[in-house]
Amino acid sequence: MEITVRLYLTFRTGRLRTETREYPAGVTAAAVARSLAIRDADIGMALVNNRQAELEQELRPGDTLSLFPVVGGG
Amino acid sequence: MAADYDLKVWRVNVRTQTLTKEPVPASWERLGGRGLLARILLDEIEPTCEPLGPKNKLVFAPGLLVGHMLSASDRLSVGAKSPLSGGFRESNSGGSTGLHMTSMGIKALILEDRPSDAAFWTLYLSLREVRWKRADDIVGMGVYEAAPRLLAEYGNKVAISLLGPGGENQLGTAGIQNLDKERVPGRINARGGLGAVMGSKRLKAIVFDDEGGQKPPIKDPEAFKKAQKAYTQAVLAHPVSHTYRDYGTAANVLVCDALGALPTRNFSSGTFEQAESVSGEHLRDLLLKRGGESNTSHACMAGCTIRCSNIFGGDDGKTIVSPLEYETIGLLGPNLGIADLDVIGRMNWEINDIGLDTIDVGAALGVACDAGLMKWGDSERAMELIGEIRRNTPVGRILGMGATMAGKVLGIERVPATKGLAMSAYDPRAIKGTGVTFATSTQGGDHTSGLTLRVKIDHRDPKGQVAASRTAQINIAGYDTLGACIMSGFGYATSPNAVRDLLNARYGWNMGDDALQVLGKETIRLEREFNRRAGFTRAHDRMPEWMTREALPPYDVVFDVPQDEMDDIFSDLD
Repeated sequence: MEITVRLYLTFRTGRLRTETREYPAGVTAAAVARSLAIRDADIGMALVNNRQAELEQELRPGDTLSLFPVVGGG
Repeated sequence: MAADYDLKVWRVNVRTQTLTKEPVPASWERLGGRGLLARILLDEIEPTCEPLGPKNKLVFAPGLLVGHMLSASDRLSVGAKSPLSGGFRESNSGGSTGLHMTSMGIKALILEDRPSDAAFWTLYLSLREVRWKRADDIVGMGVYEAAPRLLAEYGNKVAISLLGPGGENQLGTAGIQNLDKERVPGRINARGGLGAVMGSKRLKAIVFDDEGGQKPPIKDPEAFKKAQKAYTQAVLAHPVSHTYRDYGTAANVLVCDALGALPTRNFSSGTFEQAESVSGEHLRDLLLKRGGESNTSHACMAGCTIRCSNIFGGDDGKTIVSPLEYETIGLLGPNLGIADLDVIGRMNWEINDIGLDTIDVGAALGVACDAGLMKWGDSERAMELIGEIRRNTPVGRILGMGATMAGKVLGIERVPATKGLAMSAYDPRAIKGTGVTFATSTQGGDHTSGLTLRVKIDHRDPKGQVAASRTAQINIAGYDTLGACIMSGFGYATSPNAVRDLLNARYGWNMGDDALQVLGKETIRLEREFNRRAGFTRAHDRMPEWMTREALPPYDVVFDVPQDEMDDIFSDLD
C-alpha cells in the first residue's frame, strides 16, 4: 500500500522531505521509521494524517506519516 | 574570597536618586528570579496601583543558580505590575545582566517611585559607586545605536539593560534590552510592558559594572561539581539540544504547521501555504549558504552549551538580526501572510531597535491587517506601520500598545490575546494544553508560562489538557526561579536529581526530590495571590469568546476545554 512519508529537521538530512512509498499492509509507524534508519528514541513526534499517533499504530493505505525529532521550546 | 561575598537587596529611589543596600529578608532567601519577584511584588507593591505610576516598582532578580556558568542557567528575571494585564508580570532573558548582578552580590534590584520631571537618566551601578547621568544624548535613540555609545563611555566589560524609544514612550509592548555575550542588545525582557514601567521611572539605561565582584560562594563545591557534571552531560546528550543548536527555535515552524497551529493571517488559519519558506529547515540552508557573519548556532549566555540562538545574515553575509526566533517568525511571518525570512528579519531588527516585544507587535499588526490598515503579505506597509510606532504617531501608539488595545480601537473582535497579552505563535485551538496555559496562567498569552507542545497527547482533543498545562506551568515557574532557560529543562528533566543537588550544594539546603515543583508551586501561589488582590477572578481565566466559536482551518477546531476543569487547575494552591 502507498504511504506518504514526510520528514522534518535533522531527519531530512541524507533522506527525503516528502515521498510516497510502497509498504506492506499493516505496516506500523515505527516500521516505516526503521525502514528509513530512524531510531525510535530520536522521534519526538509522529503524526498520522496530521494527528498525534503512537509509533505502534498500524497505518492504512493512503495515510500520511510525519516524523519529527524531539522539539519543544520557543 | 567567599567570606567577602555580600549578598544584598539594592533599593533605588529614582526620584531622590538614592541607593540603599539592605540585608536580604529571611523569607526572600530561598527564592530567586521569578519566584523572588512574586514574593517582592506581593510584599511591597500595592496590587491595585497604577502600573505606570509612582507606586509600581520595577524589580530585577537573577535566578537561584545564576553565576556558575551552568549551561543555559544564567537568566535574569525582571518584574512589575504589568501595564498590559494589570497583574503580575515576570519576563526573563539571557544575556549578561544576570551574571553581572550575581557577581556584584545583588539578590534583587528594586527601582521605586517616579521622578517629577520628564528627563531620562542613565544609572551606573558598581561596587564602588553609583552615578546618575542625564541621558539626553541617547534619548530617542534605538538600542543598536545607544548600546555602543554606553559601552564607549562605561567600558566594554559592563552589562546594560536599556530602553528603545518604545520604552521611553511607555508603550505597552515595550521591553528591556540586554547585551548578549558579543555585547549586542538583542536579549529582551520582552513581554507585558516592563519597558514602559522602566520608562515611567525615566531610566533610559542601567549599567552594571561587576569589576571587583566575584562568583557566589558554593557551600559544598565537590557536590556542586558532581551535580553540574551530571546536568551538563544530560544537556549535551539530549537530542533536543542538537535540534535547537542546528535549527534554533525556528525548528517549530513546520511542527506547528503540521499540527494546524501555526498562526496565519491573524489566527484565521493554522496552516500557511508557504510555511516551508519560513521554516527552520530553510533558515538553516540559507545561513549555511550565505556564510559571512551568518551563524546557525550562537550562545546568548556565556556558559551555554545548547546555543539555540543564531545570527541571521543577508545575501551579503552581513547581519540582519540576531537572533531570529520561532515566535517572531510566526507572528511577523505567517500571521501577516509574509513568507520571506529576509523581510521578517528586517522587521525583527526594527522592532528590537525600538525596544519592543515582537510577539505583541506582530499580533497588533495582524489585527491591523484585519482592520484594513495593511494588506496581507504587504511587508512594505508593515515596515511603514513599524515606523509609525517608532515616531510615536497616534496610529503608531495604537499598534505599539499591543494587540488588545489595537483590537479595541480598530473595532476587531478577532484579537488573539488573554489578560491583555497577545498569544505566542501557537494557536490554542490546535494545541489546547497551551491554550489552557494562555487562559489560566497569571500572565496571559505567553507560551513561556507553560508550553505543552512536547507532551505526547492529541493536541486537538480537549481531554487531558488541563493536567498537561498544570505540569508545564509548575515546572517552568520552577525553572524561571532557578534562572534556567526553557531549553535547559530537557537536561534537568533527564538528570532528575540535578535541581535538588545543585541547590543543596550551592546553598547548603536540604531540598527533596521535588525541589523544582516546590519552587514552581510557591511561585504560582504567590503570583495568584498578587493577582487576586489586584482584582482578578476566574472571569479573567477565559479564552477569547471567538476562539470557542470560530473553527480553525484546516482541522476545524474550536477551543473546547471545559471551563470548570480549567477553573480548578490550581485550586489546591490557593
